[in-house]
Amino acid sequence: MRVMAQMGMVMNLDKCIGCHTCSVTCKQAWTNRAGTEYVWFNNVETRPGQGYPRRYEDQEKWHGGWEVNKRGKLVLKAGGRVKKLLGIFASPVQPELKDYYEPWTYDYKTLIDAPLGDDFPVARPKSLITGEDTKITWSANWDDDLGGSTEHGHLDPIVEKVRRESEDKIKFAYEQTFMFYLPRICEHCLNPSCMASCPSGAIYKRVEDGIVLVDQDKCRGWRQCVTGCPYKKIYFNHKTGKAEKCTFCYPRVEVGLPTVCSETCVGRLRYLGLFLYDADAVTAAASVTDPQELYDAQMDVLLDPNDPAVQAEARAQNIPEDWIDAARRSPVYALAKVYKVALPLHPEYRTMPMVWYVPPLSPVVDLLRDQGHDGEDHGNLFGAIDALRIPVEYLAELFTAGDTDRVTAVLRKLAAMRSFMRGISLGNDPDDSIPESVGMDSQTMYEMYRLMAIAKYDERYVIPKAHVEQAHDLEEMGCSLDFDGGPGMQDSSPFGEASGRPVPVAVETFHALRDRQTSNEMGSGPGLSGRVNLLNWDGRGAPPGLFPGRSNASADSASVDNAPAEDQP
Amino acid sequence: MLSLEPAPFETMPGAAVELSAWDIVLWGVLPYVMVVVLVGGSIWRYKYDQFGWTTRSSQLYESRLLRIASPLFHFGLLAVIAGHFFGLVIPMAWTQAVGMSQEFYHFNALLVGGIAGVGTLGGILLLIYRRRTTGPVFMATTKNDKTMYVVLTAAILFGLWTTLASVFEGEHGHNYRETVAPWFRSLFIFQPDIAAMASAPFSFHLHTLVGMALFVIWPFTRLVHAFTAPLHYLFRPYIVYRSRDRERVNARRKETAGSSAARTTGTAARRGWSAVGTRDRDTRNR
Repeated sequence: MRVMAQMGMVMNLDKCIGCHTCSVTCKQAWTNRAGTEYVWFNNVETRPGQGYPRRYEDQEKWHGGWEVNKRGKLVLKAGGRVKKLLGIFASPVQPELKDYYEPWTYDYKTLIDAPLGDDFPVARPKSLITGEDTKITWSANWDDDLGGSTEHGHLDPIVEKVRRESEDKIKFAYEQTFMFYLPRICEHCLNPSCMASCPSGAIYKRVEDGIVLVDQDKCRGWRQCVTGCPYKKIYFNHKTGKAEKCTFCYPRVEVGLPTVCSETCVGRLRYLGLFLYDADAVTAAASVTDPQELYDAQMDVLLDPNDPAVQAEARAQNIPEDWIDAARRSPVYALAKVYKVALPLHPEYRTMPMVWYVPPLSPVVDLLRDQGHDGEDHGNLFGAIDALRIPVEYLAELFTAGDTDRVTAVLRKLAAMRSFMRGISLGNDPDDSIPESVGMDSQTMYEMYRLMAIAKYDERYVIPKAHVEQAHDLEEMGCSLDFDGGPGMQDSSPFGEASGRPVPVAVETFHALRDRQTSNEMGSGPGLSGRVNLLNWDGRGAPPGLFPGRSNASADSASVDNAPAEDQP
Repeated sequence: MLSLEPAPFETMPGAAVELSAWDIVLWGVLPYVMVVVLVGGSIWRYKYDQFGWTTRSSQLYESRLLRIASPLFHFGLLAVIAGHFFGLVIPMAWTQAVGMSQEFYHFNALLVGGIAGVGTLGGILLLIYRRRTTGPVFMATTKNDKTMYVVLTAAILFGLWTTLASVFEGEHGHNYRETVAPWFRSLFIFQPDIAAMASAPFSFHLHTLVGMALFVIWPFTRLVHAFTAPLHYLFRPYIVYRSRDRERVNARRKETAGSSAARTTGTAARRGWSAVGTRDRDTRNR
């Protein structure tokens, strides 16, 4: 057993309102650069829908992920090493820009510069690729809120599959449809096929927290990772010629802050925490023959952080004590393995994804309510879950490789929780029969409710800090003069403005950020009060507060006075 | 003034040719300058421009033509490289020793070489056509790329010319295995057989010069991607783990092994010679 730690995420889809705040903040943080216009590390898809890039789930076309060959061995769906190298000169299966979309901007300048005339000036869309006028025909969320679904809803690969397998048709008529949102980031898989596809070996998994990253210096732009990732969450930066992907906001996570997408999530539906897993068992688990057993195999790879044997092994593997503690308190472990309400996205790709989803009960509740039934009653809900075959089949194709029983079990738990807690809220005695009907006890159900519905910040995000404090003391030491005895080295205790060790900017930012988040005022740090915001400065004169105050003006003037004196022998 | 000794091999056909200063510069000096620039430039680029070391693929913009042209060009080029190896490195005496007649060798070389050359040329012309006519691809083309394309295409064209010339001249054609190849091999023992090369026809001179020009600009163009052809992919494990902080792991090991003083030295002053910056930013690991 080789215990390793893995940062994971759970998204509670019932809470997602499809506002795209996560996508926008992520884009602002990471991909608002030339070459990454079309790159969305985080995107929100309306389901049923084609997703982004279009129809990425159709692995018969895109050859992403792994498959088990005739001899029961796990192989890349796009082919083995030799085949990959032979196809390297023109990556044979590769989404083109038209599968994503042609990014554009608007010619806003015309609005201001157009000469006076009879017509209103128009800001034409301009392609960010060619700079020419363009016609906008698609985007990262073109089919948002089922827009245009009557026309191309059937192009969703899962809709296709469910339709093939059942006589019924998923209807896109307004009154018969169901809809939910699916936010997606990189899955930071335990068995990543992008990594296995990379000829250069530039993609790696961090030993400490399992975050999958692309070494921008080692990447040579062979593009095989784009083919390899079944979730199409590796993007090719067409300006730099390098692959880029979601970083799990590792600079934030390392100092204990949640990812940007989680932090800014309006619905507070994201959970962050640690998994402990057995790295030696991953390949065997991913090689299970029946795709519907992959979920169980993945569960077995996750280790119980409360098990003393696991803890001992974790300590032996140099996992710090506070990380083991964080793993015990991990909300993602609780949702995925204790309550078993979070499911992995497309386990059949055999990559062992580590971003999990609580499937949405809302299609069922909405339907009951629209039909005039009590959508909070567990009897009604249970009946509806069993009766509503199509939403359940659709969810099963997404989360359990088509195993509807598993999805039904999760939905029943969510329904039971809903009904059980309504009883309590109405002041009735807790009805223990409800939790029992889904194999839980009242206490566990209440705890699950607390984690899922109350969802306090500290309970949603249990992020142990990286133990790089010591190594990163060296960070941002821009001044090469402050070596032992060098001119930049002040070995005395704080005398004068530049004395003492410089504070690394990251630490300073962290404290400033924390101050801002925990106080009611803007820029309330002691060093910032009374300062002039340069954005508001009109450029005339030097108002008080333009420059930071000198803590020791007298000492400075003394040194100035002394300077000429030193020149004289 | 140039009292360079004539070639040491008296049997060489070029021995009788009088060497001009140009011959010495072009075939005695330039190859070594080229190697210095190629090796030095590549090392410099590898050390300081890892981020720019990429294929700079334009497949995202256009793949219909690329799908045909790029493999045609690259596989053709691999065959051409193999042909150069056989023609230049393996001495004529060796092939004759194993009973391969001159005619048979030539027929083979010209047939395979001709096919490979035509494929390579067709590939690159198609690639250039695509680059010129596809808007986004042309926009992503730098001056560096354009220079490189000119030199690369010229090298292929002139190379093909030497091959085709041999085909049409047939029996009376020039046998480069008696001139260019010995010169090429003699470069490696630092006794360049300048006379042999000087006696080769103009077409070979031109091809060699353009070839050398290509190698001189090589490290400074996108062609460097060839030097990192990912052959190690065949042997590496699929899943790559990397520690965030290799040095810290080592430090911790030292700490547990040796003194416990290291534990509190997190903020201790560094030595003057220790590098500045963190692993992500510095160049030590490049």
